Amino acid sequence: MTSMMAGNTTTQRPADATTTGAAVEIDDVAVRFRTKKKDVTALTDVSLRIEPGEFVSIVGASGCGKSTLLKLVSGLLRPSSGQVRLHGEDVRGPRRDIGYVFQRAALLDWRTARRNILLQAEIRRIPKAQARERADELIAMTGLTGFEDAYPNELSGGMQQRVALCRALLHRPPVLLMDEPFGALDALTREQMNIELRRIWRETGTTVLLVTHSIAEAVYLANRVVVMTPRPGTVAELIDVDLPAERDYGQTMSEPAFARATGRIRDLLGATTTAE
Amino acid sequence: MAAQSSTDLLERTKSAQGGAVAARRPASVGASVARFVQGMWRPFAVLVAIFVAWWAVTAANLIEPYLVPSPSRTLDVILSQSGYFAHNTWITAYETILGFAIAIVVGVVSAVVMVYSPTVEKSLYPLLLFAQVIPKIAIAPLFVVWLGFGLTPKIVVAVLMAFFPIVISTVTGLKSIDPEMLQLSATMGAGPGQTFWKIRFPASLPHLFAGLKVAATMAVTGAVVGEFVGANEGLGYVILQANGNLDTPMLFAGLLIMSLLGVVLFVLVELIEYFVLPWHASRRTDAATTSL
Ligand SMILES: Nc1ncnc2c1ncn2[C@@H]1O[C@H](COP(=O)(O)OP(=O)(O)OP(=O)(O)O)[C@@H](O)[C@H]1O
Ligand SMILES: [Mg+2]
Repeated sequence: MTSMMAGNTTTQRPADATTTGAAVEIDDVAVRFRTKKKDVTALTDVSLRIEPGEFVSIVGASGCGKSTLLKLVSGLLRPSSGQVRLHGEDVRGPRRDIGYVFQRAALLDWRTARRNILLQAEIRRIPKAQARERADELIAMTGLTGFEDAYPNELSGGMQQRVALCRALLHRPPVLLMDEPFGALDALTREQMNIELRRIWRETGTTVLLVTHSIAEAVYLANRVVVMTPRPGTVAELIDVDLPAERDYGQTMSEPAFARATGRIRDLLGATTTAE
Repeated sequence: MAAQSSTDLLERTKSAQGGAVAARRPASVGASVARFVQGMWRPFAVLVAIFVAWWAVTAANLIEPYLVPSPSRTLDVILSQSGYFAHNTWITAYETILGFAIAIVVGVVSAVVMVYSPTVEKSLYPLLLFAQVIPKIAIAPLFVVWLGFGLTPKIVVAVLMAFFPIVISTVTGLKSIDPEMLQLSATMGAGPGQTFWKIRFPASLPHLFAGLKVAATMAVTGAVVGEFVGANEGLGYVILQANGNLDTPMLFAGLLIMSLLGVVLFVLVELIEYFVLPWHASRRTDAATTSL
């Protein structure tokens, strides 16, 4: 709520600002899971509006409902109450106009890296030649060249995650949902992937929702960062990142705006975790 | 060790890895078979050892020959009556393979239906269990009464024996799929057919093959049990006859061929698995490294 700390933070936007044209609209959503032992409220009072072409990062403590939020947007999960809209349409079931990178790579053991990527094309019935060309392009871009024919068990965790990223990008989705895609990567590769992702996003104009545990990654990549409270998860604060569109990695890290945003997020996460 | 060579080393490591990956794919069928056979020499050696022990025991006259005939005596019987054995082996093999094939089709199909319909699963499972716990030897006579003296009752018993492990393993396999994989296919807009053929079924294959290997040996047992109850041909009949005549060399010959039949079928399934699931964990030894 406090926006005095830094000029680049805003409180949650009013939900009634729903004019048409938003890529993602989440309206007063709550999610309760019923398990045998107890009911878990994963999310309450979540409202969020994401414009087309925005890059939004989501940070929060483990178990606060970040993955749940992405599953809502993709239609894999129905909210217990409230509404989710994608491009103005109510989300009622699984949406195929998205690309999803799961928290675990979720690769098929019996397919090579390339054929895992091409699964997307096979199921969507994208013409073979076109799909192959696109896959090669993505393989080169993510530095997987030379490992196209390796099986998942022959790839490192980071490589597996890159295969999953290629698969999610193959059909050029208008909305990309990423659940800790770089969690398994070493620091250096992660940096490179961040730079790549930023470039891909700038070139394609895709709307991106990225869940991450890295505050630096969240700020470097995004226009806005959603900070969530611990369970039951809700939006603690939306932070506008006041950085130029053209972001050199090293330079960005030393910008005052970067330090302000990361500092604020750290404060919020620290405050919320000690409060529990 | 010099600084300049460090990038060199990196390059070489990269190309070596790339090379390894690239070179493994076009491995010829011949090479794969060779590798498979190579893996078989140990059990084969054990088999030879058992034969040698058998031979030693009988050669030293430790046991009366009418109780345990020597290997050479047993082989003699097989060779001198090769036509007789060939015919009866063929009969049992036929019943076994047909029973096994029917069990695969019926087993896999019922497993798929059970996985997709909890209602069917709940109503069918107790029935399956019931069919499984009934001793086959006890109901085999009933099949002879119903189906006559021909091959059909033997095939039915073989099916009954082989069916259960196949259903159980396929159900387990189809259910073992990572829910996130199913969610992924949903975001791709996959229909139920695509999800089944591209994701669920292939994922179940390691379990299915485990069941098939058990089922293959069960099918042989089933066919022989069927023959015990009432037959005038087949290896079960041969053994029963030999037993009646106290003809131990003939008995041993029958047993030998029967176990060989089971082993051959088992190895056949394993060979198919080897080619269908080259990616599977059971095929993976610790990753082999090569020197640069
Ligand atoms: N299918 C489910 N059934 C029951 N409870 C669930 C289910 N999925 C999630 N939850 C619960 O909802 C809460 C939020 O889960 P979620 O996976 O969204 O967390 P997260 O923020 O993604 O955590 P992490 O950062 O560890 O991935 C957790 O408390 C979890 O136990
Ligand atoms: Mg999560």
